[in-house]
Amino acid sequence: MQKQMFPLIAKHALVRRRGKVLVGPIDLSLQGQGTSIVIGPNGAGKTTLLKMLHGIERMNGGSLDWACPKAEAQRRQAFVFQNPIMMRRSVVDNIAYPLQLTGVGRDEARARAAVWAERINLGDALDRQAVLLSGGERQKLALARALIREPDVLFLDEPCASLDGRATREIEEILTEAAATGTRLIMSTHNMGQAQRLADEVLFVLRGNIHEFTPAKEFFAGPITSQAQAFLNGDIVE
Amino acid sequence: MTDLLDGMVRAFWLVVTLDRDLVEITLRSLRVTLTALAIASAIALPFAALLSVRRFRMRRVTIAVLNALMGLPPVVVGLIVYVFLSRSGPLGVLGLLFTPTAMIIAQVIIIVPLIASIAHQSLRELWSDYHDLLISMNASQVQRIKALLWDGRRALLTAALAGFGRAIGEVGAIMVVGGNIDHATRVLTTAIALETGKGDFAMALGLGFVLIAMAIAVNLAIHWLGHTETEGRW
Amino acid sequence: MKTVVLGAVASLFLTSAALAEEMKLAVTTSFHNSGLAEILLPEIKADLDLDVQLLVVGTGQAIRLGEAGDVDAILVHSQKAEEKFLAGGNGTHRREIMYNDFVFIGPKSDEAGLQAAKGAAEALQLIADVEAPFVSRGDDSGTHKKELSLWAAADLDPAGFDAWYRAVGAGMGAALNTASGMEAYIMADRASWLNFGNKGNLELLFSGDPVLFNQYAYLPVNPEKHTHAKNDLAMKLEAWLISDQAKELINNYKINGETLFVFNAKQ
Repeated sequence: MQKQMFPLIAKHALVRRRGKVLVGPIDLSLQGQGTSIVIGPNGAGKTTLLKMLHGIERMNGGSLDWACPKAEAQRRQAFVFQNPIMMRRSVVDNIAYPLQLTGVGRDEARARAAVWAERINLGDALDRQAVLLSGGERQKLALARALIREPDVLFLDEPCASLDGRATREIEEILTEAAATGTRLIMSTHNMGQAQRLADEVLFVLRGNIHEFTPAKEFFAGPITSQAQAFLNGDIVE
Repeated sequence: MTDLLDGMVRAFWLVVTLDRDLVEITLRSLRVTLTALAIASAIALPFAALLSVRRFRMRRVTIAVLNALMGLPPVVVGLIVYVFLSRSGPLGVLGLLFTPTAMIIAQVIIIVPLIASIAHQSLRELWSDYHDLLISMNASQVQRIKALLWDGRRALLTAALAGFGRAIGEVGAIMVVGGNIDHATRVLTTAIALETGKGDFAMALGLGFVLIAMAIAVNLAIHWLGHTETEGRW
Repeated sequence: MKTVVLGAVASLFLTSAALAEEMKLAVTTSFHNSGLAEILLPEIKADLDLDVQLLVVGTGQAIRLGEAGDVDAILVHSQKAEEKFLAGGNGTHRREIMYNDFVFIGPKSDEAGLQAAKGAAEALQLIADVEAPFVSRGDDSGTHKKELSLWAAADLDPAGFDAWYRAVGAGMGAALNTASGMEAYIMADRASWLNFGNKGNLELLFSGDPVLFNQYAYLPVNPEKHTHAKNDLAMKLEAWLISDQAKELINNYKINGETLFVFNAKQ
């Protein structure tokens, strides 16, 4: 029986680089259900926040604790980066790689990866070099690569940033499926329509701080802060 | 000019008649250099990968020293190895002086910095790409190095071939530690030096052309073998 | 196909074990350039089943190799250096084997007029007088030491010469190459000269003065100083080198119809 990962509690968490505070100090408590969407203007610190929560951005102050031991928590999360990096190998080997890291044999890993490749419509590109994929295909591959590990928590940094409507829908379908099977999604986006479609709760980030943290229905009906309202209206918010 | 033409004719005849001495010397050249290459790569490539992924305090200094070592004059390396391996030197009991093993040792010392430096340059670039991804996937240090070495294998091959090129043409160090003994430690480069010293330029050039042709052939063979390993070249 | 190539590569690394015994002998470049070794070594192999590995170096380095115990015996031609070697306890004894001679080589034009000289000292004097370009071995070898002794006999000191005296610090062949390229005078051993392939405009201009004779001696390395030295094999080789068979091979060795060496070992 897996230990409960949540709640994830951040206390005065701070990230500073070159003398400038990028994120924090942040006090946050995330529970184990649903999909959290992170929104905010460019440069607000969304990416840094996600990386910090995932544990790959070193903190300069405060604490960040999962309910289970750190090592276990690290194993049970995955991250999909903006502009994901393709490893210099084939599509199927890219998707299989995370499994091989955990000791799954090469043949089995590749077989499972092939199944995922089918799911993301790259079934006939198994042996193509991943670096040759288009933007949308890369994003889908990165998603498959993350989900093949069956993580309990999936962080995504603007996964549909450079995609057209159709590709965006494909991604959202996979995400919805994943959420339905219990994967906790924590995702940033610029696409308000997408935010509304997927969110259970919203984090509005401004200048490195969480300006609002509200259940989605309420947020989109009428946000509490004026900046959030202005942001939703499409105004420039500093 | 006549020397050059004589040289080419000489080379042609030597090869076509499979001259026994030529074959012996060529095989020995290949044996010494390829062995040195294998050993040097086994040392330099993982080291380069380690240097790329690990952060430690002396990193910058280590890289600077590595790059500087590329400029080590080979003959000086030969001299130092000679002093060590001489019977009156610290490692004399091994009786390695004037053997192909001594030549391999000298060549390994000469090409390790070169291979490591070139490999490090490209692995560093690859690592800056893979960094976030592999850390996020919880890859261990060993796993990161393995991924770098495998995915970066083309660049590593280039580094190894650079090492091969440097080693196959080396003459100073191996002359000193090998002694250019006929039927024991004579290789193409030292034979060329010998023939030149005897004034037999045609023979020296002939051997030179054979050396060039062999170096090219090895390069092509390695590339060809490498190609067929991967599905979908890039 | 790939397996064939890989197999060929693998076989490169399988070396056959040497069954014959082997020893290391340091010899001078002058000796090696004469080509006599090519005649003697196969006979030695056939008669004694002995692989004599030759390290062809200058006399100075040959002596050093003997002192360090990196070879089992040396064959050089510089009596003073040999005696010093023995005095240092580095060798067991000195055995004279044969001698050849040194000759003076120079450009056909012979501006120093060597052909008229009546002795080696006079020849050198003539060269110094016109300051004709002269190439010296400059490498502390037997040949070099001989050359210096001849200058001394002519009351001349190379240290005080101008740029016409070129010390190249190289073996006989390389020095001859340089002389050929510069059209300079040079003192060489006859064998190296006869075997030299790049004569250009050079010619043999003077020879025959007894002071130019060049004695070769064989010195086994002292096994008391270097316990690993293969003294038994070195003695075996020495016995062969002073045998009648060796005498015949050495005395009959010719280049272009000219004999080079005179066997003078005491049997």
